[in-house]
Amino acid sequence: MFTGASQFALVSVADNPVAGAASAIMLGTRNAMYGLRLTSILRVRGARKAVAAQLVIDESTAMAIGQSNDDDDDGRVGFWATGIAVFVFWNLATLIGALGADAIGNPEDFGLDAAAPAAFIALLAPRLRGREPWVVAIAAGVVALMVTPFVPDGVPILLAAVVAVVAGLRSPR
Amino acid sequence: MWAAILGASLGCYLLKVAGLSVPGRILADPRVERIGGLLPVALLSAFIAMQTFTVDDQLELSARVVGAGVAVFAVWRRAPFLVVILAAMGATALVRALA
Repeated sequence: MFTGASQFALVSVADNPVAGAASAIMLGTRNAMYGLRLTSILRVRGARKAVAAQLVIDESTAMAIGQSNDDDDDGRVGFWATGIAVFVFWNLATLIGALGADAIGNPEDFGLDAAAPAAFIALLAPRLRGREPWVVAIAAGVVALMVTPFVPDGVPILLAAVVAVVAGLRSPR
Repeated sequence: MWAAILGASLGCYLLKVAGLSVPGRILADPRVERIGGLLPVALLSAFIAMQTFTVDDQLELSARVVGAGVAVFAVWRRAPFLVVILAAMGATALVRALA
């Protein structure tokens, strides 16, 4: 699973593996949307497509789309360079974290539990353009908070997803 | 747990392949596209709300609220990703140390 938000999501709902996996996959749906934009830039098939697919993430998509004008190779170079660089260092850092976890004592003492929400805030902010995402974000957050004390782990996240689906189906634009 | 990890990993990968493979028509359906755009917004927001304002499934104001506030400020000031996270962690740790 090479898509950061999904990794964080799965870990956050680890008490309920099914809901954790479901929210990880739902957060991964945007990579499919990225693929749509990327097909014309990358023009890959066969084995190269299988590799390219794993590198489809926020960063590589942004670089590919940002660098591509018409026919030149910059978009492709941007995609592969960014994708490979992030892949290598992300997984290297994950390995260090996994091996070093025992060495650091109580993670709450230095605020590690605040890292995930902070990361999510940084990931959410660029998506809040216009009124609709704000409404959906606030509604989803409120719904999740209101039901949390009463339902099993993971269910609040699934209800938040329902908010997005309803909003997406209703607002014709 | 490992089944969830493997299942979610497979699902995430297949979504990526699908995006590069499916002819534009299905995923380019305006409704699918809209939902695809709004899903991350709703999920991220729900995660932020829960991780910030709940402790052990109960609503509670903890040191994490301060950390999240600092993160919002840092993002608003266009701080780099890593700075946002370290600032939030630092603020949360500081509040705990002082409390």
